[in-house]
Amino acid sequence: MDALVSQLFAGLSLGSVLLLAALGLALTFGQMGVINMAHGEFMMAGAYTAFVVQKVVADAGVSLLVSLVIGFLVGGLLGLLLEVTLISRMYHRPLDTLLVTFGVALVLQQLARDVFGAPNVDVRAPAWLSGAVQVLGVGVPRTRLFILALAVLAVVAMALALKLTPLGRRIRATVANRDLAETAGISTRATDRLTFFLGSGVAGVAGVALTLLGSIGPTLGTAYIVDAFLVVVVGGIGQLKGAVIAAFGLGLLQAGIEYSSTASIAKVLVFVIIVAFLQVRPQGLVAVRTRSLA
Amino acid sequence: MLRLTGVHVGYGRTSVVHGVDVEVEQDCVTAVMGHNGAGKTTLLRAAVGLLPVRSGTVLLAGEDVTRLRPHQRVRRGLAYVPQGQQSFGTLTARENLQLVADGAGAAGKARMDSALDLFPALRELLGRRAGLLSGGQRQQLAIARALITGPRVLILDEPTEGIQPNVVQEIEDAITALTAAGGLAVLLVEQHVGFALSAAARYYVLESGRVTSEGAGGLEREGDVRAAMAL
Repeated sequence: MDALVSQLFAGLSLGSVLLLAALGLALTFGQMGVINMAHGEFMMAGAYTAFVVQKVVADAGVSLLVSLVIGFLVGGLLGLLLEVTLISRMYHRPLDTLLVTFGVALVLQQLARDVFGAPNVDVRAPAWLSGAVQVLGVGVPRTRLFILALAVLAVVAMALALKLTPLGRRIRATVANRDLAETAGISTRATDRLTFFLGSGVAGVAGVALTLLGSIGPTLGTAYIVDAFLVVVVGGIGQLKGAVIAAFGLGLLQAGIEYSSTASIAKVLVFVIIVAFLQVRPQGLVAVRTRSLA
Repeated sequence: MLRLTGVHVGYGRTSVVHGVDVEVEQDCVTAVMGHNGAGKTTLLRAAVGLLPVRSGTVLLAGEDVTRLRPHQRVRRGLAYVPQGQQSFGTLTARENLQLVADGAGAAGKARMDSALDLFPALRELLGRRAGLLSGGQRQQLAIARALITGPRVLILDEPTEGIQPNVVQEIEDAITALTAAGGLAVLLVEQHVGFALSAAARYYVLESGRVTSEGAGGLEREGDVRAAMAL
């Protein structure tokens, strides 16, 4: 029983990390259709932001909260820069976008190596996040619970922003029908930039959160980028709800299989299951139903 | 109010509209008629900025808007209801309207109310996702959305095409009421020659991307127009 609960929490925890990594992509890839291979490097930039902030702000607790805000801005501004300089020129050329952003990812990794050095660095977790909490008789690290809460908070904030704010309406309208949005008086260029800023900003936040789980290095992003894309594709493109279900589903699946085998076998089996699933349901878990596509 | 002068438009190497002049006067309906493929929709898309004009100019209330993006033209008073009852299918009907009202501040709310007064049936459907509405309801929603932008010129591309007959009448009545209220010029592309001429003060017939016939509107001109269109 303990082992089951323990794996359950491992799965939820993995799911929350996947969700944080994928949430920004759910905007930039899911909503806008941009394959941004540098998304993982925006997470890496967020993680190094936490590292830098901690050098300035000694108190680990304060520095974490400050880092979450600055990490968002750093990720967002990098995304905005990428959108304005490169991606905006190739919206109808997905393969070019993939290659160019992959190049940008490599440049950013090298930049991190040059600035911070190749070895991994550590960011201290605040005292109030050290140790574990007993849940159903199992010790769950506080850092993991914090990331779970952060992921839930980020999803709720994004869902509310998309649903209730004028910007959210503009984003959804632009995604639904770009020409129609323009003729409804919406500047779709400005909307694209803001969407990219937000999505990349969330990647920055995810990066800050990852510093709580271990040391960070220039290739931090590459470990998450494939999984993050998987979550968005399995969830159903453009569907926040789908991304949430997919992230926790994949997290639990991975943890469940790991329980009776190894992490590598679990990874392989999860990939096999995803491939099989997408054969049956290529549109992902959640698909929009309308009378017409327009 | 809206003047297209010597407008050439095309797709890639294909030229579709060849030097068309159309003038849309204040407070009345101007109709553009023609067969499928005559270039009507292409002309309208160029007028609102969704397609680039290769040569020629688009003047809106005397201002040259030829190089402006569509949303900039909308803000200057050019509203467009495209063909095919288009709506933002994943948004609710209310959000479809709110979206436009957002950009217009306090005036937006008032315009939203008066647009809903024009199509009272929409009030019942505000909470429903636009993609689930019928074609006629979506067309009313599209016209309401265009009106909330506070237009000086309203461009309607085949507003009654493929719509159930009882709603066609409502939409025709709304177009008549809007122009009668004043302050609005309407550019109407319509297959239904009878309605187009009865509403229009001026008509143009487009054939293979050129104006082949034009004149004052009125039902009594139906014979001329049908002859020009070889109907």
